[in-house]
Amino acid sequence: MAVPMTETAASPARTSSPITPPKGATGRGRLVRRRFRRNTFGMVSGVVLILLFVGAFVSPWFYPFDYRQQDDLFLLTPPSPTHWFGTSKLGEDLFAQTMRGLQKSLVIGLLVAALSTGLAAVVGAAAGYFGKATDRSLMWVVDLLLVLPSFLVVAILSPLFRGGSWLLLVLLLGLFSWMITARIVRGMTLSLREREFVKAARFMGMPAWQIILKHLLPNMASLLIIDATVNVGAAILAETSLSFFGFGIQPPDVSLGTLIASGTESALTFPWLFLFPAGLLVLTVLAVNFLGDGLRDALDPTSTRSRRRG
Amino acid sequence: MARFLTRRLLNYVVLCVLATFLAYALASLTFDPLARLRERNPPPPATTIAAKEAALNLDEPIPLRFSTWATGVVAGDFGETVTAGEISDQLWRRVGVSLRLFLLGTVIGVVLGVILGVVSAIRQYKISDYVTTLFSFLVLSTPVFVIGTLLKVAWLPVNQAAGTQILYFTGEFSAGFSGTWWEGVVNRLQHLVLPTVAIALGQIAYFSRYQRSAMLDVLGSDFLRTAQAKGLTRRRALFKHGLRTALIPMATLFAFGFGLLITGGVFTERIFGFFGMGDWLITGVAQQDANIVATVTLFIAVLVLFSGWLSDVLYAALDPRVRLS
Amino acid sequence: MVDRATGRSDGNAVLAVRDLAVSFPSESGRIDAVRGLDLDIAAGEVLGVVGESGSGKSVTALATMGLLPPQARVTGSIRFRDTELLGRTDSELSAIRGRHIAMVFQDPLSALTPIFTVGDQIAEALLIHDRALSTAAAAKRAVELLDVVGIPQAARRAQAFPHEFSGGMRQRAVIAMAIANEPDLIIADEPTTALDVTVQAQVLDVLATAKKLTGAAIMMITHDLGVVAGFADRVAVMYAGRTVETGPVDAIFETPGMPYTLGLLGSIPRLDRAQREPLVPIEGHPPSMVDLAPGCPFAPRCPLAVTRCRTNEPDLEPLGDAGHDAACWRTAEVRNAKAATDVFDIVAVEHHTLEARSERPVVLAVDDLVKHYPVTSGTLLRRRVGTVYAVDGISFDIREGEVLGLVGESGCGKSTTLLEILAMDRPQAGSVQVLGRDVAGMDRRSRRALRRDLQVVFQDPIASLDPRMPVGDVIAEPLRVHGFSADQARARVTELLGLVGLRPEHVDRYPAEFSGGQRQRIGIARALALEPRVLVLDEPVSALDVSIQAGVVNLLDELRERLGLAYLFVAHDLSVVRHIADRVAVMYLGRIVEIGDVDAVFERPQHPYTQALISAIPIPDPHRERTRERILLTGDLPSPVDPPSGCRFRSRCPLFAELTEDLAQVCIDTDPPRRPARRAPESGRTDDSDHEAACHHARVR
Repeated sequence: MAVPMTETAASPARTSSPITPPKGATGRGRLVRRRFRRNTFGMVSGVVLILLFVGAFVSPWFYPFDYRQQDDLFLLTPPSPTHWFGTSKLGEDLFAQTMRGLQKSLVIGLLVAALSTGLAAVVGAAAGYFGKATDRSLMWVVDLLLVLPSFLVVAILSPLFRGGSWLLLVLLLGLFSWMITARIVRGMTLSLREREFVKAARFMGMPAWQIILKHLLPNMASLLIIDATVNVGAAILAETSLSFFGFGIQPPDVSLGTLIASGTESALTFPWLFLFPAGLLVLTVLAVNFLGDGLRDALDPTSTRSRRRG
Repeated sequence: MARFLTRRLLNYVVLCVLATFLAYALASLTFDPLARLRERNPPPPATTIAAKEAALNLDEPIPLRFSTWATGVVAGDFGETVTAGEISDQLWRRVGVSLRLFLLGTVIGVVLGVILGVVSAIRQYKISDYVTTLFSFLVLSTPVFVIGTLLKVAWLPVNQAAGTQILYFTGEFSAGFSGTWWEGVVNRLQHLVLPTVAIALGQIAYFSRYQRSAMLDVLGSDFLRTAQAKGLTRRRALFKHGLRTALIPMATLFAFGFGLLITGGVFTERIFGFFGMGDWLITGVAQQDANIVATVTLFIAVLVLFSGWLSDVLYAALDPRVRLS
Repeated sequence: MVDRATGRSDGNAVLAVRDLAVSFPSESGRIDAVRGLDLDIAAGEVLGVVGESGSGKSVTALATMGLLPPQARVTGSIRFRDTELLGRTDSELSAIRGRHIAMVFQDPLSALTPIFTVGDQIAEALLIHDRALSTAAAAKRAVELLDVVGIPQAARRAQAFPHEFSGGMRQRAVIAMAIANEPDLIIADEPTTALDVTVQAQVLDVLATAKKLTGAAIMMITHDLGVVAGFADRVAVMYAGRTVETGPVDAIFETPGMPYTLGLLGSIPRLDRAQREPLVPIEGHPPSMVDLAPGCPFAPRCPLAVTRCRTNEPDLEPLGDAGHDAACWRTAEVRNAKAATDVFDIVAVEHHTLEARSERPVVLAVDDLVKHYPVTSGTLLRRRVGTVYAVDGISFDIREGEVLGLVGESGCGKSTTLLEILAMDRPQAGSVQVLGRDVAGMDRRSRRALRRDLQVVFQDPIASLDPRMPVGDVIAEPLRVHGFSADQARARVTELLGLVGLRPEHVDRYPAEFSGGQRQRIGIARALALEPRVLVLDEPVSALDVSIQAGVVNLLDELRERLGLAYLFVAHDLSVVRHIADRVAVMYLGRIVEIGDVDAVFERPQHPYTQALISAIPIPDPHRERTRERILLTGDLPSPVDPPSGCRFRSRCPLFAELTEDLAQVCIDTDPPRRPARRAPESGRTDDSDHEAACHHARVR
């Protein structure tokens, strides 16, 4: 590492000979992976989530019962080697149903999170970067939507997708759950906007949309990844809550919410009808939340930003 | 400061009106309150349907309908339900039921949440911290309708062991109950405990998470070091200088926590058979009733904004930096 | 007191540190922040502890106070009088902290609890250690203490919350807290680093007063050799967690025994020396304190290093002159050297003689530029409640190939000026002309084209580079924006890297892999990519350690010579400006109060503010510091929302205070225009013609 001070001829800048960067600078990627691996909860959650995904999407291929199939010989039987999670009062296999519900909930969670986080990134970055009237009007919309709980809006609009596609539900959930992330993105943008590398880009004549795409959003990547993860959990909870009241997924399709709803009535008498779907739901959301927390520790260890979920 | 708060309040009124209008408009667009009537067997004569339609003002454009309804609201009349009941008749009783739950849930949630968060932060990476963290994550990952049901399942053996109903699972009080005033209070309390726990758990988890991180921020702060450099022990510096400062961010979170509380309240009421505003919302949507939905929306908007306003007041009370500017 | 000649203080040491070692766990391994440190401080003595960031000086201070985080591992011994401090419980230490040993921290903005009044916090320091004291008596004493540290209207100010105090006032309050119990030792950890120079001078003055009143010894931790020169009796130089040289202040400055000290002294631009002497950059950067290689930790950067230096780490050994020790195998060679430039083998930049100023074209002209910000209140209905007069009518021009230094304290409007120029929008009033073209009436396309000629280098080497972009992309960015192909850009990037002294293979690395000085070079390369004619530099070296700073200053000096650039060099550090600039403009509250040739302004300042500013800068020379007359300004910078009428400087002007009533009235009524400076009688120079000052009563002191 020592640089001979007499070396002058070759280097174009005479008073300053070339300098090598410090050795042993650990790459960011490696550091992140190491930090994440240290987080036991995060690691376990990752594994659990993979298992849940595999279970939900692979088990229907080999499990002998379909979620719509009614087995008249087995009505309200407790868990057994034949029917792993027991059967309902119509003789439907609860394992098949739960896996189907899990599939639906996971897919909806992922889609809604992607939609809402993307929306939040665009709105938040625009409000923060352009400021002034754009900011005020966008933030006012955010305030308005915070006053109208998304649960309420989607419940009101539920007659629309009764008989319609569940994708409409995804769209609605996504449209009404981006506000909190947008606020955080806006706050980040406000501070990033004043960072010198953003100013430098502006003063070299880079257009605003390019600055947002090339500088602002990549520098919020950690935040967006973390928020997207946590939003998956929130979306699954929102979907199950709506389905619980019949405002979400409509029969004959099932989701964890509809299963829990029908299991709740008999939770005291036939507990497996309630416990299996509820347990899997909690496990899924818990794993997602721990994963988000682990990612935050790994990607953004100095962050003390209070997260707001509402 | 007072002017600032008044200005805020004004902004809130506008937001309330707009939120209610949106809810009313959306409900009026999507709801079909006559569907039930039409599907009745045998089908009622067209005149009956037309009469109902006129009674519900369905022939008018939505903004006009809303202004008719809103004018009534200003005068204290919230309109009729689809089933021809007066909304105002039930409104205040239901508001009372909901507020009782929300208030208890918030107070218990804030107090216990803050204590848990502080302890957790001071004893960071100790067993107690992990237990608190696990508890918070578990609760925040569990929907209220599961928590409520689990509470019932867990309490059932206790009731059975005691041979009597120590705590009740449904309703605000036992139907046909008769007894002294005191016995009435006890009976209501027996009904209130489980729903309150169900709603408070989420609040505890929510506030403990944020109080923990706020406290951790303070633990690394320069001013705490100055306080120790003066000669305070770490413990005394923490309690005198740290705790109050760490409470400041909680004031803003308070408003956000309320959103969580309201959604949780809807489920709690539904599961424990409380006829509050949340229960009414579900009924309203099920009966396709725009008036009920708009009334509940107004209630929620007022609550959310009031809690937001209260947040500002609390913030100003806790933080001199805001107070004086 | 200490014997200044020997500086030895073993007999009556207040604090004796022996073989102190502190380490912390970190992501990349254990950090050995302090490795076997010895220090003595005698009663009533001022010990200056000097070192660059990461040398372990603050950790030493916190170890003494017992305020290190719990995961720190501490060994060795720290004795306060007869008491061993290491291994004590928190409650035992708390009886000593604040009572016998007090501390002043670096950042006054965050050092006070935001929710208690300043008075209460000072009173608390008293009440903790004196149970018998009544609250009322403590409050009364707190007001007295605030008065001692020079806070006007102390009784009223004691009721204020910290956020209502300026940085300088908060630091005074912290000092009041520190001297409350008349301690035996005050540890001041970079107490003036976060402050402006004129406020720094005030705070140092308060510290001197505090020392006089309490008789306390002071451990003055700083990176600024200038501060040490004037204030300390003895100096300890720290490097990589150890003391590498210690001795009486004069000996250290005159005959340093260790190349690092020599280099540090050579790296500081000097206010008292005319420009064009090259600075001594110490190449490389301080070692990582994880798994330190064997041998002297300075060896990789040392021009005198021999094999022995790379294998064995030297201990502190006496140098022969009284009380002067150094840890170096090559002290003899160091002491034989005549100047740092000899040892460090520096080649001076050859400066071409520029044509006469009037012959050269103007590349940047700012005429009566105004930037006011509204102060608004309310959320829904915003309304204007006041105006910040950030820049209030300033004019200057920069001609081809010259450097104009724009100096002033924080809040004077120099950064706003710079941003206004860079924004290239129509100014609120006045005009900005780049290469003779007024930016106001320009369309988008020609504005973009003009940007190629005006580029910027920012202050913060961390924030100025996008951490997610490899260095090659960072430098290529302006090229890509202006339509260069990827191949063209790549070739140019290689060229630029060489130009600023980095290697071509660095293109794929990320900014985080570089040290501060290197990052600043990358920023410069990016600014040069489009071959601009004018470079705007916003405090380009103020975030760097001195030894690193010197290299960047030299590079800038060389580049402008080679490329014929003109610089607008914005800085608060007058020494750097004196070193690099041809002309200087001094700003105060949105106005330029004095402008002219550097030598003229620095040698014959006309405006009382310039005079005070120059006198406030510490000079790294103990003799000169002791004999210098310092003009202390009273109070803080007034708010730019509500500047004083007439002359804006009059509220702090030492001259104004001495004026007769009718002369003073002129200052109150009339805003002084910029006038050609009065020629100093002894000066036969002719270039003073463009030396101007805005003062009714301007005179050379």
